[in-house]
Amino acid sequence: MIGFAARRLLQAMIVMLVVALLAFTMFRFVGDPINQMVGIETSLEEREALRERLGLNDPIPVQFLRFITQAAQFDFGTSYQFRQPVSELFAKRIPATLELSFASALFALVVGIPMGIYAGLNRESAISKLFLSVSLIGISLPTFFIGILLIFLFSVTLQWLPSFGRGEVVQVGSWWTTGFLTLSGLKALILPSITLGLYQMTLIMRLIRAEMLEVIRTDYIKFARARGLPDRLVNFRHALKNTLVPVITITGLQLGAIIAFATITETVFQWPGMGLMFLQAVQNVDIPIMSAYLLLTAFLFVAINFIVDILYFFIDPRLRVGRP
Amino acid sequence: MPYVSNEEAKAAVQDRAGIPPAPSRLARIVDSDMFHSFLRSKVTVVAACGTLILFLLAFLAPWVAPHNPFDLASISILDARVPPVWMEYSDPRFLLGTDDQGRDILSAIFYGMRISLIVGFCSVAAAATIGITLGLVAGYMGGRVDAVIMRIADVQLTFPAILIALLIDGVAAGIFGSIDREVFAFYILIVSLALSFWVQYARTVRGSTMVEKNKEYVQAARVIGIPSVTIMARHILPNVMGPVMVIATINLALAIVTEATLSFLGVGMPPTQPSLGTLIAIGNDFLYSGEWWIAIFPGLALALLVLNVNLLGDWLRDALNPKLR
Repeated sequence: MIGFAARRLLQAMIVMLVVALLAFTMFRFVGDPINQMVGIETSLEEREALRERLGLNDPIPVQFLRFITQAAQFDFGTSYQFRQPVSELFAKRIPATLELSFASALFALVVGIPMGIYAGLNRESAISKLFLSVSLIGISLPTFFIGILLIFLFSVTLQWLPSFGRGEVVQVGSWWTTGFLTLSGLKALILPSITLGLYQMTLIMRLIRAEMLEVIRTDYIKFARARGLPDRLVNFRHALKNTLVPVITITGLQLGAIIAFATITETVFQWPGMGLMFLQAVQNVDIPIMSAYLLLTAFLFVAINFIVDILYFFIDPRLRVGRP
Repeated sequence: MPYVSNEEAKAAVQDRAGIPPAPSRLARIVDSDMFHSFLRSKVTVVAACGTLILFLLAFLAPWVAPHNPFDLASISILDARVPPVWMEYSDPRFLLGTDDQGRDILSAIFYGMRISLIVGFCSVAAAATIGITLGLVAGYMGGRVDAVIMRIADVQLTFPAILIALLIDGVAAGIFGSIDREVFAFYILIVSLALSFWVQYARTVRGSTMVEKNKEYVQAARVIGIPSVTIMARHILPNVMGPVMVIATINLALAIVTEATLSFLGVGMPPTQPSLGTLIAIGNDFLYSGEWWIAIFPGLALALLVLNVNLLGDWLRDALNPKLR
């Protein structure tokens, strides 16, 4: 177990190092950092002095080492467009993205699991077939177009829900802001989280359906029915429990995808999160924000992958056999 | 003796020996397993017809579109924001209405679909080329080369493709500057899509190459001194192409969606050469003022295209995968 975890940790660290090298290359070589920081009227001597002070004349390996040390302390330099430290900008926007991701993951699980169970247990019913066709359409519609359709239906035509922003937010603690505590905040959360979670919902539904179909054919389920246990007990206590292992893995891995696709949803709904900021940085070539976003998401993905690997080890006893 | 071609001679010999002539290529296709499984699935037949019609409309856009939305002489700002024909204040010339500059939406969709499809095909071809090459080299060489290539693939697999494409777009914009960005948009888009999607091809090809390289025909080729490059390209490559075709079909839908997303986000095709994603982005600005048709119709066209290609890809995967039969 410890050997397995250590090996995975080593792999994760190598991945992070490679990503850091990429981020550093972007940061250092795409455009001239000095040109972005000073005005046109700055003289050559002043530029040279600034270059020297920032250590841009040091050997590249020294600069890379400094970049990693600073990044590990959440110092990603100063944004070209906002003239503020990148870490402060991110700190302000992380709560919005995490709340949106959480709400959409919740939506995907709460809606997807019951639909999957139903479609798995009643394979031939018309509603199951409807679920499947709807999920096929859901997979074919691009995320941003789902968002546009929802805005058109619920904001423009029916005027039930807001089409942009987070609504009113409440400050919790020193830097966290939450939209969960106000009515307008909750209303603003509905459309973006459905947009973001729809793909994951269809994925979970199809996964649970397939697993259920597989499990109800097994001998122990037949035996449980033969013993005369009530259907409810067999379906939920015996069958469902064993379908959840892959669901946990997929949910964990999809958490990373949710955070990445938040970029698109945040743009459609003008949601003030990290993704929207990243996209504006891409449009305005704000390299410090881009490299910081790359490092942050890479860290999130690697951490999630690592945790899922370790969790899998605990959930599925079969994995523990035959491994050093 | 009169001249007799090879075919005629063969036919004459077969005739005399009572062997039926070999079936033509078309007959072989019609009689194949795949064609039977194709006809059995009604959904697939419909999807194939739908895909064919959409492809034809897209590639024949200059001939089938009622207007040329990019001919500045033929569009008039007076025709701007005309609703579809079944609504009030519509104009019978514009079946699905017009956008803010008076361009016919239906024609813009045909032309936009053409750009979407061209970007889709080119990026799939580019991704497949990169992936197949690296996969062949990794599988055939093995050792350190293999380790390096596959580690890069692993790192990249950690990230969703759309993020990688966005990053490459941003970096390219930083290198080229914003003016050249419009000129190079098409190429930047293809490169960023290709670099986001190559991993799957590389992994598949590497796997099959490692099996093929130990077979006798490869060893024989090596013994008679054929160079490694020729062995990879002429001997191994044709034998590992099967799964690549399936991945390419499934990835075409994915590439079209990703391209549309990038264009919608403003880092893909510029408004001067709009793809379906760019058209939706343009229409999105008018959604709130009630001109819904500018965004919704291109979106529906995109969804229809992706759905049809997806259905075809699913069928192809099942038909070529003997395990699922």
